[in-house]
Amino acid sequence: MKVFVTDALTIELDTERWHCARCAHDIAPARANYKSGLLVREREPSEIHAPIIDPARYEFTFAPDPDWCRILEYCCPNCGRLVEVEYLPPGHPPAHDIALDIDALKAQWAGRDRLAAPVLGPDFIPPPHHDH
Amino acid sequence: MNEPVSPNTIAGASDAPLSSVEKFLRDTSLFLAPDSAIMNNHGLEPRTALEEACIAKESDPRKLELVRERLLSGVNESFEMLENMGAAPGAKWGDCVSAVYTAAGDLSLASTGGVVIFCNLVQYPIKFVNKYWANEPTVGIREGDVFLVNDARYGQAHNTDQSMMMPVFWDGKLVAWAGATVHEGENGAVEPGGMPSAAEQIWDEGLKMPPFKVAENYQLRRDIVTFLQNSVREPKLQFADMKVKLYVCRRIEQRIHEAIREYGVEAIVAALRTNLEDTDAEVRRRLSEWPDGTMSHAWWTDGTLRENVQIKINLKLTKKGDTLIFDYRGSSPEFANRSNNSLDITVKGMLAQLFLTFVWPDIPRNQGVLSPMEFIFDTPSILKPSFQTPNAQSMMSVFTAWSIAQVCVMKFIHQVPTKYTRVVAPWFNMINTFLFGGITQHGEMVGNVCADINGMGGGALADRDGQHSCAPIFATMSDLGEQEFIEEELPFLQLVSKKLMQDNQGFGRNRGGMGYQMILAMRDSEAFGFMLTAIGSKFPNVPGLFGGYGCPTYPLSRISGVDVFEVMKTNPGAFRYTIAELMNEQPLEGAVYSTHPMFIRYDFARRGELYMIAQGTGGGYGDPIDRDPQAVIEDIEEGLISADVAWRVYRVVYDKESLVVDAGATEKARAELRRERIAKSKPFDAFCKDFVKAKPGAKVPYYGSWDDPAMVYAGSPEKIRPAGQANPPIMLPHPLEAKIAALQAKLDACEAEKAKRG
Repeated sequence: MKVFVTDALTIELDTERWHCARCAHDIAPARANYKSGLLVREREPSEIHAPIIDPARYEFTFAPDPDWCRILEYCCPNCGRLVEVEYLPPGHPPAHDIALDIDALKAQWAGRDRLAAPVLGPDFIPPPHHDH
Repeated sequence: MNEPVSPNTIAGASDAPLSSVEKFLRDTSLFLAPDSAIMNNHGLEPRTALEEACIAKESDPRKLELVRERLLSGVNESFEMLENMGAAPGAKWGDCVSAVYTAAGDLSLASTGGVVIFCNLVQYPIKFVNKYWANEPTVGIREGDVFLVNDARYGQAHNTDQSMMMPVFWDGKLVAWAGATVHEGENGAVEPGGMPSAAEQIWDEGLKMPPFKVAENYQLRRDIVTFLQNSVREPKLQFADMKVKLYVCRRIEQRIHEAIREYGVEAIVAALRTNLEDTDAEVRRRLSEWPDGTMSHAWWTDGTLRENVQIKINLKLTKKGDTLIFDYRGSSPEFANRSNNSLDITVKGMLAQLFLTFVWPDIPRNQGVLSPMEFIFDTPSILKPSFQTPNAQSMMSVFTAWSIAQVCVMKFIHQVPTKYTRVVAPWFNMINTFLFGGITQHGEMVGNVCADINGMGGGALADRDGQHSCAPIFATMSDLGEQEFIEEELPFLQLVSKKLMQDNQGFGRNRGGMGYQMILAMRDSEAFGFMLTAIGSKFPNVPGLFGGYGCPTYPLSRISGVDVFEVMKTNPGAFRYTIAELMNEQPLEGAVYSTHPMFIRYDFARRGELYMIAQGTGGGYGDPIDRDPQAVIEDIEEGLISADVAWRVYRVVYDKESLVVDAGATEKARAELRRERIAKSKPFDAFCKDFVKAKPGAKVPYYGSWDDPAMVYAGSPEKIRPAGQANPPIMLPHPLEAKIAALQAKLDACEAEKAKRG
């Protein structure tokens, strides 16, 4: 049974493993931090959010200050899909952001139908328009 | 004169006789501060005897639903009145709300439009009135009385809002409360407009109204109104909106009375109560569908509005069974002389807004939504400050607390098979707008805020892009205001207004809704000025989701030493219509071009000088190189992104003339980028070994926890202490004094050097 935990990650309940949602690569034990099975690189923030006004002339340019902010990119080691982007002060420990109770998850999904894809949820349907 | 209500009919006013000690304490209290028993309870009051009796008689859900809808239509009608008649700019564009409360004070029915957090917080002052004024011989609660409150510590989002509360009686019994809240703006604070970032003490924050009686027999007390008018910069506004709110409450009262005549008082009381209990039960049922576990997220704000410092807001969100626990411990200590602290009730009220508009928009808008939730804060801290700590700019911390909760909630619900709305990346969350104050072209003194506060970009969704300049996080149904209408009343023009800013985008497979730029200049007044009260010029305000990026940072750009209105007369071709062109080309001769953080203290503006800012973008969703190349081209065609972003971020190859995508080359380039990511990245553990430091660096003043939420830093790597410790208080120097001290030190060094040289 596959659970679509995020847009980029699934958990296979039978094997208790994290997988890449794009290439199904086996990433890490489901009871561990999924990041432990990913690759990470640190980006200078202006590589993503480039200055919109001239950095040679101005202090504030629409690009984050590298002394205040670093961007960590986590990707699948097999297919290179970007799984998560984390903004941190330089040197701050990355978060263990998703810690699921796997036993409870298995019990919960034992009573549910298998899904082929994550459920989007209801769309907005405008109410009928009253015309004269 | 009506008789005051019997305390026996109100929950919160004790039914039990007081002990002699309790009576002594009640009769000899010197000051009735906010009651911690009220302020620390965001849950539902227990059923009153009246509610029990009414529910015993009226329990048919079909009839109660009819009554609920009937009352809701009355509340919505009153909201229309509030929006259309309200004098404050905030009222005109939906920064207001009206609601019905139970007799005990619980919010049962909020208007469909408007700001849920406002009415969610009015439960507290109503409960204060019930507990302290019902039995107080000099006050009492009678039919036709009206109470007013603006002090956030008794239950408001911040002191710029004013809430009116009117008891609704039937046959001499209190059966409900009607309420109306407006973001009024001006409140007599140290700076105009109601949100003073210069406030160093709570007494700098302007009017401090605890819940107090301002009308009897449906008539405003003119002496009290005069006192309030005399305390603010906009006396006409103060009077006008007190009248508006009074009549809004009266309309709610009228509709309640009509419903009682049709359905009976028991059905009305039962409907108000069961609406809360049903909401609580449904929220618990929906929470049970979520996985059990803990989501963690931290974010950093980059200023107090007076200086740039790095401030951590930390959250562990745990869901177990049918309960959700928000643990904000490890967040920054409080700032004793800065206004960026948020009350915990404000955090809770904003989170009610999160669930009622972004997660379960079909749930009745009442406080039952928070009943199954628990909250943990360090006390004191930036999210639960001490009683005398300023909080006028609570948005600087509460909006970040809200956004990280939004991310955590989305990580819970992505996998849930039954959804009630769609997963969304973080909405932009900062008040990138201008506050203004001074004498208008009509000779009026004013102080308020521009409607552009409502132009925040929406977050991207799983299946579509976010909406541009859509709505603020605190009011999904609000308005941006009519610029021409505003210019008729106020002495400034937006020379560029509502024009989306190129490359100001939260990149992702689906991109965030973008924010527009505003370029304004003052004219037609000798005494008028602006202030800015936003953060996010060094560290972005919101992240993305699932591989999407967050927003960029935002500066204030200024062009001074020039009168743009004269330029328009003599050399209009010199003007440019984007911030980027004006700042990069510097086309206005003799002008001074500068950038600043998004906070400036209130100061007079000179005619024709330019103030330029941009609203923010919502976060992106998913890996940007999974974005449909054709969608990237459409963004180029619309001027939303540059060729640089199309290649650097989205890796799309296309013909520069025809804008036709080269699908094969694009796929090849994207595959190459994926390989590059793998080649340039490290395994997580090895990466952490290099990247992670034991404590924050010395270059940036840091506040909050690092790796252990129990210990927080207070401005430097050497200042570390247990979270929740009040002393020594964090007192920052006045920015001008700090600047003078730095200049003095330079001067002293020069003098010493000069003396040494003889």
